[in-house]
Amino acid sequence: MKKIVIYGLLILFSILFIAPFFWMITTAVKSPEELYVFPPKWIPSIFHWSNFATAWETQPFNIYLKNSLIVTGMSLLGQLLSSALVAYGFARFRFRGKDTLFMILLASMMIPWEVTMIPQYMEFNFLGWINTLKPLIVPAWFGAPFFIFLLRQFIMGIPVELEEAARIDGANPLQIFVRLIIPLMSPALILVGVFHVLNSWNDYLGPLIFLNDQSKYTLTLGLSQFRGMFGVDMVSIMAVTFLICLPPLAIFFFAQRYIVGGIATTGIKG
Amino acid sequence: MRYASGSLLRLESTSNKKATETEQNASKGSVTPYFPQTKWPLIADRRPCKNAYILTTMKPQQVQYTARAEQHLKGTIDMESIKKRTSARWKQASIPYLFTMPWIIGFLAFTLGPLIFSLIISFYEWPVIGQKTFIGLANYKEMFTSDPLFWTSLTVTLKFAALFVPLNIIVALLLAMLLNQNVKGSGIFRTAFYLPSVISGVALAMIWAWVFDGEYGILNYILSVFGIEGPKWLISTTWAPVAMVIASLWGQGTMMLIFLAGLKNIPKDMYEASSIDGAGKWKQFTRITLPMLSPTILFNLITTIIAAFQQLTLALVMTGGGPTNSTYFYAMYMYENAFKYSKMGYSSANAWFMFAIVLALTMLVFKSSSAWVYYEGEMKHGKR
Repeated sequence: MKKIVIYGLLILFSILFIAPFFWMITTAVKSPEELYVFPPKWIPSIFHWSNFATAWETQPFNIYLKNSLIVTGMSLLGQLLSSALVAYGFARFRFRGKDTLFMILLASMMIPWEVTMIPQYMEFNFLGWINTLKPLIVPAWFGAPFFIFLLRQFIMGIPVELEEAARIDGANPLQIFVRLIIPLMSPALILVGVFHVLNSWNDYLGPLIFLNDQSKYTLTLGLSQFRGMFGVDMVSIMAVTFLICLPPLAIFFFAQRYIVGGIATTGIKG
Repeated sequence: MRYASGSLLRLESTSNKKATETEQNASKGSVTPYFPQTKWPLIADRRPCKNAYILTTMKPQQVQYTARAEQHLKGTIDMESIKKRTSARWKQASIPYLFTMPWIIGFLAFTLGPLIFSLIISFYEWPVIGQKTFIGLANYKEMFTSDPLFWTSLTVTLKFAALFVPLNIIVALLLAMLLNQNVKGSGIFRTAFYLPSVISGVALAMIWAWVFDGEYGILNYILSVFGIEGPKWLISTTWAPVAMVIASLWGQGTMMLIFLAGLKNIPKDMYEASSIDGAGKWKQFTRITLPMLSPTILFNLITTIIAAFQQLTLALVMTGGGPTNSTYFYAMYMYENAFKYSKMGYSSANAWFMFAIVLALTMLVFKSSSAWVYYEGEMKHGKR
């Protein structure tokens, strides 16, 4: 009896959480006539797969896609490299001011982005980076506190004997980092990579503030342009929304193991 | 100088190898190094070792003195080697900083610098183009005394937080507890609950705007099946904020996973022992689950409060702050002051006020936490 209640609740909540996705997908393949009928149809009578291609044409989404890929890819590279370097520095060395620096790192996670948003805008304006993709890429090359923290925790868990052996064999710190630590911490790096890609791909406020020209827009910014645009129906909007959701969903399905495990290990200690 | 102790520590753990090395060097007639020439200090090696402990508790000056004295006694002092050693030490000392440099620079350039600059310009009238004038506290004064929008947006945000923060914690905890019931296929359910969290911002707003559509939206249709006439969600001043809360709750997945991990950490025998003692489910929940989970709840509470105050994307995309400012969040107020009306100084003052509120709330939660957060370590080790 107890089991039935639990399963019932689980299924009910699953439906609640999945229904909006389902609604998005079925809307995306409806014919415009079926869109505005009452009662609404969950499953369209004919699947209009061509809706996706049509919707993609309503705005220069190919350009947006290119920009999104550049931003995500370039910032990912920097994020992984620098966060790993910094994390190794904090995990394995003792140096003057280390504890203070690490406290600052943790505290800086608390600072709302809104507070630094305006000066950052002015800074990038001064550098002439407004309306380029640089403000969305360059900061990632300096590491992010949360990722550094996460990777540091992981490195602390790696036995130090391997590094000792390598050091006795004459490897320098950088060699040890590249040859030994990076391969060993690859699960954590995948997790950071996934989180970063999701953040970067979904980011809206960054592009909104730093980009002006349509030719520089990212996908999310392009998608938001649909609001208040006339002559575009819900079918197209949902079709594009679905296409933009696809990469994060795909990443999630491939990396689910890492995400679930990763959140579990980082969250526990608070 | 700190590394002196570190390298002596190394001496203890690999003493055999070093000893033979030293002998070899001595036979070659070179300087006998008192310090083994380690490449760089390793700190993680802290195995309990009596001698090493004694050496590391020496003051660095003492260590240097004994080392020098040793060399004097042996008559092997050699300026050249000291110079070499000093430069090698400098090199060693700089290595950790080289590793952490990216973040240090990034922090100065993109966080601390902007933070200070933001505070400074909050005392200025600072349009994007044109004359910048120092006006002291006038921005803050204006905010509190003569800007109705400030109060509107603050109320909207506080109301949102008051509804969203507890609901988010409750929903996430409930789902985590359901998943923790040892049911078959819990992986599938977990995926279902977490899935919305990987898409965020604009896409989420777009989907929900369509779900909430007053006439053709699926939500009102479902409500009508149950005989409820749904409101015109996004164009109703009462229901638009509620719609925001619902849409935000959809992305609770991360919090649920954190709770789930916390639940899995509670020892099973606690429940077994208590049920032998005759405790019911509810008593187990309030006396075991909640106390054992309280550190996790604290963490999630703080994250949610911070997130609630930064709510912006949903409102920007779904309602634009309307209808009649009922979803005009504080973050949106700040955003518009800065980028719509180009009042950079004023907006920075807004930002600092928000920062202060969030900090105060966090502190409040932390202060109160000693009363309700239970750390298992306190019992095990007597103190923490």
